[in-house]
Amino acid sequence: MPTLFLFGASEGGLFDFDATLPLMAVQVVLLTFILNALFFKPVGQVVEEREDYVNTSRAEAKKKIAEVKRLETELKDQLKEARLEAQKVILEAEQDSENLYKEALALATSEANASREKARREIDSQRDEALNQLKSEADNLGDLIIERLLAKK
Amino acid sequence: MGSLPFVFPFAELEVGQHLYWQFGNIRIHGQVFMTSWLLIGALLALVVIGTKKMERDPKGVQNLLEFLWDYIRDLARTQIGEKVYRDWMPFIGTLFLFIFVSNWGGALVPWKLIELPSGELGAPTADINTTVALALLVSLSYFYAGLSNKGLRYFEYYVHPTPIMLPFKIVEDFTKPLSLSFRLFGNILADELVVAVLVFLVPLVLPVPVMFLGLFTSAIQALIFATLAAYYIGEAVEEHH
Repeated sequence: MPTLFLFGASEGGLFDFDATLPLMAVQVVLLTFILNALFFKPVGQVVEEREDYVNTSRAEAKKKIAEVKRLETELKDQLKEARLEAQKVILEAEQDSENLYKEALALATSEANASREKARREIDSQRDEALNQLKSEADNLGDLIIERLLAKK
Repeated sequence: MGSLPFVFPFAELEVGQHLYWQFGNIRIHGQVFMTSWLLIGALLALVVIGTKKMERDPKGVQNLLEFLWDYIRDLARTQIGEKVYRDWMPFIGTLFLFIFVSNWGGALVPWKLIELPSGELGAPTADINTTVALALLVSLSYFYAGLSNKGLRYFEYYVHPTPIMLPFKIVEDFTKPLSLSFRLFGNILADELVVAVLVFLVPLVLPVPVMFLGLFTSAIQALIFATLAAYYIGEAVEEHH
């Protein structure tokens, strides 16, 4: 311990002012400059850089979120439109097929009716023909029978 | 004032005794400087270690330093105001850190193990010279802050809001450093004395809660001193309308 510096120590007291005061003031001022250079400036720089970084990152993220939301609504709209379109196409196709079916059915029905009609007419005419033939043959036979009966007499 | 008239078996209590270092005509209190150098050294070591490799993702000591920096910035910003707090932040921060390490160093480091020929090692802030030096620095700072920011218009502050305030404001310039220095000095010295007396009376267990209370007081006193200093500076630079 630096007893070398000790020169008489009996006086003193709690309120013993001496050169400690100005020296301590100088020391604190020096400490202020040292801490400013070693602590406040560098740490402040790092902290403020980080704050800037966080702020810009947050702004960017917000922008990106807005962009994503915009794209999402756009896509939703597109999807809705596409769905409507698809429904329309399906409806049209259904109607088309129904029309085609009806047309085909009508055609087939009319053809069938026509051919049935034709067949009936043919049958009728043939029947008439056959009847006429039969009638004429019966007439011939009747004539023949009458001739033969008359000839016997 | 000398040592208390007791025989101390466990702790010796000396009040108002100093280890004098003499340089020519001037005398200084050696024990104050020894402890303050040690504590300032520890503080600077911490700062140097913490700022050696700073990264955007803080690690280890850098976290602590950034916490302190943020704390001091908030203190300075709320008291001094957005406009000039940057100029005064190092001073306020140094006051806070120096008083804090002095108070805690005085309470936590077992200085009593080191025998001095006279006086004893303790918190540098338990010496009236230190606290008066700090308080006078604060006075100079707020005068300088006011004059450098507002020029002679600073003295409008003395007649604000009415000239009746003039004598009170002048008296305030004397009471401010007085109250600052005596509050700090009294609290820290009283804390050391209470612990010492309790250790003398009941050497076991009982002093421990008082020691914790002392740590609490020490931290609070550092905060109060720094806050008031910042408040005085803020008051000086504030624009009246």
